[in-house]
Amino acid sequence: MSLLSLAQTVTNFEAPDVDYAALSPAIALTVGLVIVLAAGVIGPRGNRWLSSGLTLLTLAITAGLLIWRLGEPDAEIIAGALGVDGLSITIALMCVVAAAFVVPLQLRDVAAEEAGFGESHALLLGSVLGMLLLAEAQNLITFFIALELLSIPLYVLCGSHRIRGSSLESGLKYLIIGSLGSATLLYGMAFIYGGSGATDFDAIAAGIGTDLADDPLILIGIALCAVGLAFKVSVAPFHQWTPDVYEGAPTPITSFMAVATKAAAFAVFARFFIVALGPSVDQWQPALAALAAISIIVGNVGALGQDSLKRLLGYSGVAQAGYILVGLLVATEEGVSAMVFYLAAYTIMNLAAFAVIAVRERETPFGDDIESVQGLGRDRPALAWPLTIAMLALAGLPGTAGFMGKLFLIESSVGGDYTWLGVMIVIGSMISLAYYLRVISAIWMRPAPQLAPAIAGASPDAHGAFHAGDGSSREDREDRPRPSGPVLAGRALRGGPSGGRCSLVVGATIIAAAATIVFGIAPSPLVDFAENAGSSIVEMVGQVGQTG
Amino acid sequence: MLSTILWLPLAVGLVGFMLPKRLVGAWALLGSVGSLVLAIALVAGFDGASGALQESVSDSWIPDLGVRYELGVDGLSVFMVLLTSILWTASILWSAFAHPDRARNYFFMLAVGQTAALGAFMAQDLLLFVLFFDLMLIPFYFLIGGWGTGDRIRATIKMIVFTLVGSLLMLVAAIATAVLSSDAAGGLTFSLEALRQVPLEDGSQYWIFCFFALAFLVKMPAFLVHGWMPDAYRAAPLPVLVLLSGVLSKVGAYGFLRVVIPLFPDASIHFQELMMIIAVASIVYGSIMAFTQTNVRLIAGYSSVAQLGFITLGIFSLRPDGGDGAVIQMFNHGLVVAAVLFVIAILYERSETEDIREMGGLAQRAPVLAILFVIVTMATLAIPGSANFVGEFFILTGAFESKVALALIASVGIALAAFYALRMYQRTMHNRLPAGMVSREITLREGAVLVPLVGCIVALAFYPGLITTRGEVSVERSLASLEEPETVAQR
Repeated sequence: MSLLSLAQTVTNFEAPDVDYAALSPAIALTVGLVIVLAAGVIGPRGNRWLSSGLTLLTLAITAGLLIWRLGEPDAEIIAGALGVDGLSITIALMCVVAAAFVVPLQLRDVAAEEAGFGESHALLLGSVLGMLLLAEAQNLITFFIALELLSIPLYVLCGSHRIRGSSLESGLKYLIIGSLGSATLLYGMAFIYGGSGATDFDAIAAGIGTDLADDPLILIGIALCAVGLAFKVSVAPFHQWTPDVYEGAPTPITSFMAVATKAAAFAVFARFFIVALGPSVDQWQPALAALAAISIIVGNVGALGQDSLKRLLGYSGVAQAGYILVGLLVATEEGVSAMVFYLAAYTIMNLAAFAVIAVRERETPFGDDIESVQGLGRDRPALAWPLTIAMLALAGLPGTAGFMGKLFLIESSVGGDYTWLGVMIVIGSMISLAYYLRVISAIWMRPAPQLAPAIAGASPDAHGAFHAGDGSSREDREDRPRPSGPVLAGRALRGGPSGGRCSLVVGATIIAAAATIVFGIAPSPLVDFAENAGSSIVEMVGQVGQTG
Repeated sequence: MLSTILWLPLAVGLVGFMLPKRLVGAWALLGSVGSLVLAIALVAGFDGASGALQESVSDSWIPDLGVRYELGVDGLSVFMVLLTSILWTASILWSAFAHPDRARNYFFMLAVGQTAALGAFMAQDLLLFVLFFDLMLIPFYFLIGGWGTGDRIRATIKMIVFTLVGSLLMLVAAIATAVLSSDAAGGLTFSLEALRQVPLEDGSQYWIFCFFALAFLVKMPAFLVHGWMPDAYRAAPLPVLVLLSGVLSKVGAYGFLRVVIPLFPDASIHFQELMMIIAVASIVYGSIMAFTQTNVRLIAGYSSVAQLGFITLGIFSLRPDGGDGAVIQMFNHGLVVAAVLFVIAILYERSETEDIREMGGLAQRAPVLAILFVIVTMATLAIPGSANFVGEFFILTGAFESKVALALIASVGIALAAFYALRMYQRTMHNRLPAGMVSREITLREGAVLVPLVGCIVALAFYPGLITTRGEVSVERSLASLEEPETVAQR
């Protein structure tokens, strides 16, 4: 009863309406989800290894099917509601890779253990399924359903560490803000449906004119949709939830949310705006350009004073969303390719960074504070190098995939007559260096802090002149819920900070970091991968032009 | 050949991670000597009469952006490659004896730096150049931050922010150059040779020039954008400072000759006066500051500002003489400043201080050291007979040909150089021996580093034509694109 043979029988099945072959990745995920959920009943909190193994198997089969579909011609399935093409497959692959990376991270995670491994992994797979469908959506209905399918498991996962207040806070906050975003988006969709009379993306494109000055319905619809999607990809000024939710959620979930949600939401963002709203590109382009610029500045400035690494990466994610938005808004083949390339690069470098944070959270009592990585260069080079590479790549220094990604984005911005946004990306990178380098200097240039139980009373002179300016932010930090009391006690029950048991995670981290370097030196494979997406967008726009 | 020279240091650095700690220094030294030998072979096999690129390598790298892996050397770069190899060998030799903490990382970072610097000198593709130019910064960040002294973290942040502000804007400018000229060039290309065939229109040239010039001036550093220099010079470990001052500062000057003047000739003419004023301001400011400082590192640092001012002046005289002078002076200054900094390191080991007011009297027991230092000092102040004299003479000839008033002010800089160079020599080597200072003769290890460097300086003084004859064809080629617009204007 192997899943592969099941998938093959599904593939061979002949049906007039549904192209099951094209749908096979989604089917594989659904079947895997059910099996993982069912297997979760074994053992008091699910069997750690069985559940993880089944999840990885499901993801591997899905990835295999996706790679197979990448070579096949594009297909529209379920009466054009879903489109299986370069864009959706590349993005779905990123989400699957991110999920597969999270599984080993969850292996020793307190939150996953408390929530039960079966449930945790089933929710994770559900979210991946939502992402897959979202990337394929080309109809307002599937768009919205997929978005909710993506979001709801994440709301639960964020709050899955139930004994920690900040995790519950994170889940609730994400639920409320996410619902607000969804509601705004839905409202905007209603306006667009009202204005164009269609729910299919290509029909919408045919239904709206190029001049929207006399069409307030569509204009309001576009504005509301842009705001709703901006919430989902955490573009400033709709980003306020990001740092709080990232910080509170269990770190494996944060890493998944940071990369996969962003990738899937950007896929549908691109498809919706470039295909469905393509005719009115002149109206939304300046607005998105302003959002991108604000996001770059707000994200980078916001990250400056952060001592919590997860908050820091949250703000950095806001800035990165701004960069990625630049690739989207120029609405060219190069732009979409650059967007997908950057998303892929962003995925691997962020996963490496979050994995190191997760490991250090378990090894030290400092939580995700920057102190947890101090002296890492001397003590744990196997973790220090990946984190260093990830930080350098996020900052966009040469020799890393981050540099290549920025290169493509700047090239597409200059090519799309948005040179000033290219300059904004560069200015953002300069600001970002200040905080990324702070992490690197903590790793390599500061001694490891004394492992004393009293964290709050860490000697001030150990921080030297570097912290001299941000006394206020240190005080703020005291108000933040810190992983103390019950968490530490819980860890103690399981044998205290676990050193050697994270070797699987360390291995995955090293692979991600190595990929960051490899794609920074030889980007061609990833470029070819990303170009699948760019060319499919151009094809779609071309088809709309013929029919419309 | 070029690829071997380029990647050998990095390969050596990577292998170093697998060696036991005691052997890493020796292994790195072996690697650097290997690349030095290759560099000497490169210079020996160089055809001085031809201005064209030699040993060219051209492979596809990122076809989607038209970026190619293009390397090549001409008269401008071949000696920079040699200088890089010489100074890295000297620096690694010095470090290998010093047994730095975390040796594998240290020598790996040095190796990355060497590859990046060599890459910047060899690259014939604009984007490849920018990439190596930016890459140079990373190892130096780690070297200063990890093995430096004093307030090193602040110094590194300051250095990174200053330099990257320039070089990231340069990235945008480089991409803009390629995109804006893609129609005329028939597709996106970053090849320097292809780009110089299709000059941009004036408006674009002006802002792109400014971005490039900013990056290069910060790297030098020149007056007004030198804010990172004092902190970095104080914090850097001395062998690293040798490279920072001796090689990295030259990449900026080299960039003007390699990229800016050939690609943006109209803007170079347009901004010529501004650049020359910055150059002269650097000369005067650097000389005066060098004269007033008491920290030996800062004396060396500010004298570098002045010397790089001379080089910039020569380049932006936009005359072949000035350019020739700049090329030879780039090599000279690299050697001389390295020698000065190693002398400073030697002084520090005897006095435990870097303040010249607390030094003195070393010459009593250390005549060999004194003689070596006096040769270096004479070269610094460009005494007739030294190669620096040849360089500065050419530079001033070029400057007088184009802007007499600025050239006159710049000449004062030569006199000022005598002040600060002699003052430093006098205060450290003569006078009475202060308490706590030991007059000790140069040791074998110190001599192994310093004597060959001084030997190079002396050899070059006898035969400066080694560089000038090979450089001038390439300089003329670099300045060639200036001539077309001028003739248009005359018509």
